[in-house]
Amino acid sequence: MQRVGVFVCWCGSNIAGTVDVHAVAEALKSEPGVVFSTDYQYMCSQAGQDIIKQAIAEHNLTGIVVCSCSPRMHEATFRKTAQAAGLNPYMVEIANIREQCSWVHKDMLTGTEKAIILGKAAVAKVNLNTPLTPGESPVTKRALVIGGGIAGIQTALDIADAGFPVDIVEKQPTIGGKMAQLDKTFPTLDCAACILTPKMVDVAQNEKIRIFSYSEVEEVGGFVGNFDVKIKKKARFVKEDICTGCGACVEKCPMKKNPNEFNLGMDNRPAIYIPFAQAVPKVATIDPNACNMLKNGKCGLCARVCAAGAIDYTQKDEIIEEKYGAIVVATGFNPISMEKFDEFAYNQSKDVITSLEFERLTNAAGPSAGKLIRPSDGKHPHTIVFVQCVGSRCDACAEKGKEYCSKICCMYTAKHAMLTRDKYPDTDVYVFYIDVRTPGKNFDEFYRRAVEEFGVKYVKGMVGKVTPEGDKLKVQASDLLSNKQLHIDADLVVLAAAIEPDKSARPLATMLTASMDTNDFFTEAHPKLRPVESPTAGVFLSGACQGPKDIPETVSQAGAAASKVIGLLAKDKLTGNPCIASSNELMCNGCSSCERVCPYGAITYVDKEFRMPDRTTKIRRVASVNPAVCQGCGACTVACPSGAMDLKGFANSQIIAEVDAICK
Amino acid sequence: MNKDFIQEEILRASGVNPKKCMKCGKCSATCPAYDEMEYHPHQFVSMVENGDIEPLLSSESLYKCLSCFACIDRCPRGVEPAKLVEAVRLAVVRQQDKNHLTANDIPALLDDETPQQLLVSAFRKYTK
Repeated sequence: MQRVGVFVCWCGSNIAGTVDVHAVAEALKSEPGVVFSTDYQYMCSQAGQDIIKQAIAEHNLTGIVVCSCSPRMHEATFRKTAQAAGLNPYMVEIANIREQCSWVHKDMLTGTEKAIILGKAAVAKVNLNTPLTPGESPVTKRALVIGGGIAGIQTALDIADAGFPVDIVEKQPTIGGKMAQLDKTFPTLDCAACILTPKMVDVAQNEKIRIFSYSEVEEVGGFVGNFDVKIKKKARFVKEDICTGCGACVEKCPMKKNPNEFNLGMDNRPAIYIPFAQAVPKVATIDPNACNMLKNGKCGLCARVCAAGAIDYTQKDEIIEEKYGAIVVATGFNPISMEKFDEFAYNQSKDVITSLEFERLTNAAGPSAGKLIRPSDGKHPHTIVFVQCVGSRCDACAEKGKEYCSKICCMYTAKHAMLTRDKYPDTDVYVFYIDVRTPGKNFDEFYRRAVEEFGVKYVKGMVGKVTPEGDKLKVQASDLLSNKQLHIDADLVVLAAAIEPDKSARPLATMLTASMDTNDFFTEAHPKLRPVESPTAGVFLSGACQGPKDIPETVSQAGAAASKVIGLLAKDKLTGNPCIASSNELMCNGCSSCERVCPYGAITYVDKEFRMPDRTTKIRRVASVNPAVCQGCGACTVACPSGAMDLKGFANSQIIAEVDAICK
Repeated sequence: MNKDFIQEEILRASGVNPKKCMKCGKCSATCPAYDEMEYHPHQFVSMVENGDIEPLLSSESLYKCLSCFACIDRCPRGVEPAKLVEAVRLAVVRQQDKNHLTANDIPALLDDETPQQLLVSAFRKYTK
């Protein structure tokens, strides 16, 4: 028989407000095995933990029940407390009387009644608990960073700086991501390339970092400390190690009319291309959908002009297999499609552009060499209208917009408006806003400068519609503060499109078994206290894949993710979770049901010799669980028809005992 | 009639929740009848929300709304101002306590030119 101690926490008034904690402690005293029961204001405090430790020693407790908050909050705390008092940490059970009881009930009587029942269930379970010892697994001291934008770059540099090897997988031919496409960066207006490209070069030159560009993650297996990853290196038809990036092929390629992705289709690139001058790796890539040689076997000009002999039309996709201890997701964002916002005439006029297109139009390396022109006729625009919140904060239009605030638009629009007025003072610049959100260091000052020093006209109200008429764009909008409807003849309209996670994020989350929210942003383990960790062990989050973020915030989060990875890789061994499945071989009938449902591939079947009652031996096929791979999800215990499979710490008998205690 | 009662009736009849409004003014920005109106679509929303109904009931704006539904189509929050305007119109019709139309009168009034909304409106007035 166990000697059980019960500790009921008030959690200040969080629990004690709707649960009579003394009554709970009193009622549980008479439960089987309970030899001690008490309540205290804050069980998780030092004083509270001391009460537990003292009781374990004084009453020779063999198991404890803490009636408190969710085990997600403090199970680890109380396990440590028990361990410090010499008790096996798995002899601790938590009855969640806060989230599942006091917070959802308003009435003291019902709250107390339910808390007592939850406490009884926990006592019934702890009576059947057995001490467990976690296993250990080794750590592969190499990290994988998925995505080579500023988030991935910063994370990789910081991990490499601590001495661990890092691989970056980037699906584009070059690293750099969205930041490489930007012109200036708020609030200090340094040029994006000037601060990003040195970091890209650092990545390329760092001995600890390997870049798999034009590559994608194909498959992820294993678990924290021991991930097995397959990376598909797409054929770029150019030998990466030989190409010098001289650009002769790019110049000579006759297939020049392909939309240039880097400039968002605003100009063209040849079939063989280097995305931009400072690309890393600076290696050409052939677009197989545009190359005449790959499509029809005719041409071959690039191979002829390549002095290095780097062109290889026979190159195939290659699969690289590597082991990693930690994985960082840094898949970033994209602006949403403007196709469905008919009222802004994005499809009808070339002079209605998105903010990212505006970045390219003002970038010295962009399609207009940095000259601000109308895409339709190349003329200088004299009246520019910026529209904020296009598709953001939009809960009526799930099929076209996003419910959340995209966070970065207020600041980059202020930047665009300010820079336009600075460079072209003859331009009238209007910004239509719903709210101007500038929480950040020197952000509001920046926005006020746009208004006060640069004369940008901020109008409180939304644009209702944009109608192309002749070579003008008729903008009809609200000025809510002067209660007027405005009609502006604009030359250029710039839409601050909402941002969304990259499309590759969802399939990746499935591969990683990492959770996402309804908007496909990766979920963090705790929104405040564990913001860079995914709930899936060994998977970390960096940058806008977790939520909209500007560059300063992305870089700080990237460093935080790196420090978490370093903390993991610095360990030689990881302590596993002992609550894993195990099979009773005498009961196993070899049906394979468990093997089929196991999401981690932890179960294999082995042929084993058994002694029969008549002293003969028989070979039987039985399930065997790999304790290092099993995550204790329990799917196999449900699937097993003969009841051979059981979960340590959550045995079928324990769960039935809990149900019995609740139904008694 | 009681002010709170009218506000409640308008909200119930329209099915509109003005608390969803984020005051962006896109409804008024898109409204083709804006210049004709004394109170604009976004003002209807906030005035009904604040129980400031009296001025709306007596305003010509009620009859300037074209029911084109542009505001409904473009509202990012799904507030549907045109439905609110219609509900205020209905409140006026009901308060005036006239327009008694029996169901039997309707077939005689039907022709191909009559907009459907007129008939719907007529029925509402009748069933009150």
